[in-house]
Amino acid sequence: MPSSNIQLDDNGKLRHFLSIEGLNREILNEILDTAESFTSVADRTIKKVPILRGKTVANLFFEASTRTRSTFELAEQRLSADILSLNVDTSATVKGESLLDTLQNLEAMQIDMFVIRHQDSGSAYFFAQHVRPGVSVLNAGDGQHEHPTQAMLDMYTIRHYKQDFSSLRVAIVGDILHSRVARSQIHALNLLNTGEVRVIAPRTLLPVDTESLGVSVYEDLEKGLDGVDVIIMLRLQKERMRGALLPSEKEYFRKFGLSQERLRLAKPDAIVMHPGPANRGVEIESSVMDGAQSVILQQVSFGISVRMAVMSMIVGQSGLQSGADA
Amino acid sequence: MNLHIKNGLVVDTVAATTQATDLFIVDGKIAGTGSAPEGFKAEQTIDAVDCWIMPGLIDCQARLRDPGEPEKANIESETEAAIKNGITSLCIPPDTQPPIDNSATVELIHHRNEVFGHQARIYPIGALTRGLGGEQLSNMASLRDNGCIAFSNAKHRLANNLVQRRAMEYASGQQSLVIIQPLDHDLLGNGCAHEGAIATRLGLPAIPEAAETAALAKDIELVAQTGARTHFGQLSCARSVDMIRRAKAKGLPITADCAIHQLFLTDHDIGNFDSNMLTIPPLRSQYDRDALREGVADGTIDCLCSDHQPHEVDAKLKPFPSAEAGISGLDTLLPLALRLVEEGVLPLAELIARLTVNPATILGLPGGRIEVGEVADLIIVDKESHWTCNASNFISKGKNTAFAGWDFHGCVTHTLVDGNIVYQA
Repeated sequence: MPSSNIQLDDNGKLRHFLSIEGLNREILNEILDTAESFTSVADRTIKKVPILRGKTVANLFFEASTRTRSTFELAEQRLSADILSLNVDTSATVKGESLLDTLQNLEAMQIDMFVIRHQDSGSAYFFAQHVRPGVSVLNAGDGQHEHPTQAMLDMYTIRHYKQDFSSLRVAIVGDILHSRVARSQIHALNLLNTGEVRVIAPRTLLPVDTESLGVSVYEDLEKGLDGVDVIIMLRLQKERMRGALLPSEKEYFRKFGLSQERLRLAKPDAIVMHPGPANRGVEIESSVMDGAQSVILQQVSFGISVRMAVMSMIVGQSGLQSGADA
Repeated sequence: MNLHIKNGLVVDTVAATTQATDLFIVDGKIAGTGSAPEGFKAEQTIDAVDCWIMPGLIDCQARLRDPGEPEKANIESETEAAIKNGITSLCIPPDTQPPIDNSATVELIHHRNEVFGHQARIYPIGALTRGLGGEQLSNMASLRDNGCIAFSNAKHRLANNLVQRRAMEYASGQQSLVIIQPLDHDLLGNGCAHEGAIATRLGLPAIPEAAETAALAKDIELVAQTGARTHFGQLSCARSVDMIRRAKAKGLPITADCAIHQLFLTDHDIGNFDSNMLTIPPLRSQYDRDALREGVADGTIDCLCSDHQPHEVDAKLKPFPSAEAGISGLDTLLPLALRLVEEGVLPLAELIARLTVNPATILGLPGGRIEVGEVADLIIVDKESHWTCNASNFISKGKNTAFAGWDFHGCVTHTLVDGNIVYQA
């Protein structure tokens, strides 16, 4: 079993943020509570607090990203950090520099915190194992493994609309096999004691032994949506049609797309979420995406507070009670 | 030189017994067991009290990375690791750089072993196809005349079943053994871990069992079709053991081995993405591991090998899916074998047979048994000594072990090749 202790210091506080697996309910709740204290910052005229003043954060994206990267950057700016953002796929590694060399060269520039997205599962652990003591790593998505800040902003969204997790039925729909978001969400929902976690997908998009993650598996969308409180749609990457995983977008939408009609199978007050970027007409109908039950845009704005929360906890501060003035 | 080894426990891999017997060696050969041959006068005597005397191990799959990858290892470093760890013969697969598909490379390997080697025997396995490209047959007859003991395409893809059939027929016509590592490259894909709950949780691209078994089923059918004598290497799945067992029962000319690490490790050992646990075929489930052990015990799996793949540090210093596959295995082959005996898989002599007389018989090599007239490739093993595995003490240039921190016992005190003491602790 992977012991994820590398994420925590001797006092059980966050040192790195690599995966939801290996964390505990107290830390997840602390992240959510801390994030809540930051949402007020966004409503101020001056949206800044000095928690990361004098600290330098490097955003290292080995894979393209719009949403995650920009919300991380905004979160860093609102915490008053100095920021260095690199799209590494277009820089040094293309010239043959090894990953560790890239990391160590940046460390030499006195970086305090790395936010890293990389295409290899396990890369976040790899970086955390090789940074200097005192330097922290935040996983912004590692291969098909985890995307823990995305999961936490999803948990924040669910808590915001639904409060208590224990009575909830949550359905995650789509490409579970390739989804780091799904893995993090499943661990987070289970740690927060969610009533039932369902995953719904055609068999080719389910990893073997999916049940071992602590979920019930449905291969029929309509059965799976029955009576759920939260629907999380995952993005379907178009490449999947080429690998003989699916016959066509059309057939996928017919069997697994979220339409108004199918949404009625869920509870009347069910919320619809999507980590983005969404493919309208492939996994989700436009009218659902823009409809009353959709909270997709709220997710994005909560993403800033949640990332602020994680970063401030890593530097040892939980929320605004200390250093609240800008 | 006339050598007398006294007071040792001789491991007889043919009779499957272990008993106290003296050995007498004359002119590089075993000249007497128990009593000295007539007129024998010892020039040197080794007291092997509390030690086993075994045939030198024959490793039927070990990469020495020579020629081509000196940053990983070379013949000098790896033959030294071999003889210090009781391995007197090494069979090397053809995926060197350049591959072993021409006589010049075979000669180069033999030449380097003569000049730089530490007197282990090296047996090149020739490429089944030119450049391992999978399209055109290699010059197997010439390669065999130059000393290739068998033919294999290693882990490289054969273009199609027709090429495979022809290659097997041609090799068979030359009375050569074909060695196949069953692998369906499409099912393998970019996978790096056994398809199961661990890969699911870690989000690692998975390798299904069928990547091995679907290929093996087809390979066995081609053995039935061609009658080519075929050895299957580095099996990893329970279902493979079962298929080999049934194919043997039908009388097909099939033998098999597995890498010794597969008898100890499972996908659980990947832990926190430990790249030293990255192997192809992957570490599989406990169920597979137990079935492989059963296969070793009942003789379905004839041989064990190190599947030695030494790497430089940087090759493993990468996130799991990007790291290079393989374990440096020469330093742990004998200790793991002794551990299988301790764990009751097989009695000592029968287990050691899978590392000596069995590969010798299958591959047509000298050694592997302690009999009068046989070459004196022997090792003496202190059975009492205990030690803890630490990569920095490895003789192999590859420090990429999966067994750091494991406690072992049994330590090689002497290695003899052709009756010469090539290593003494």
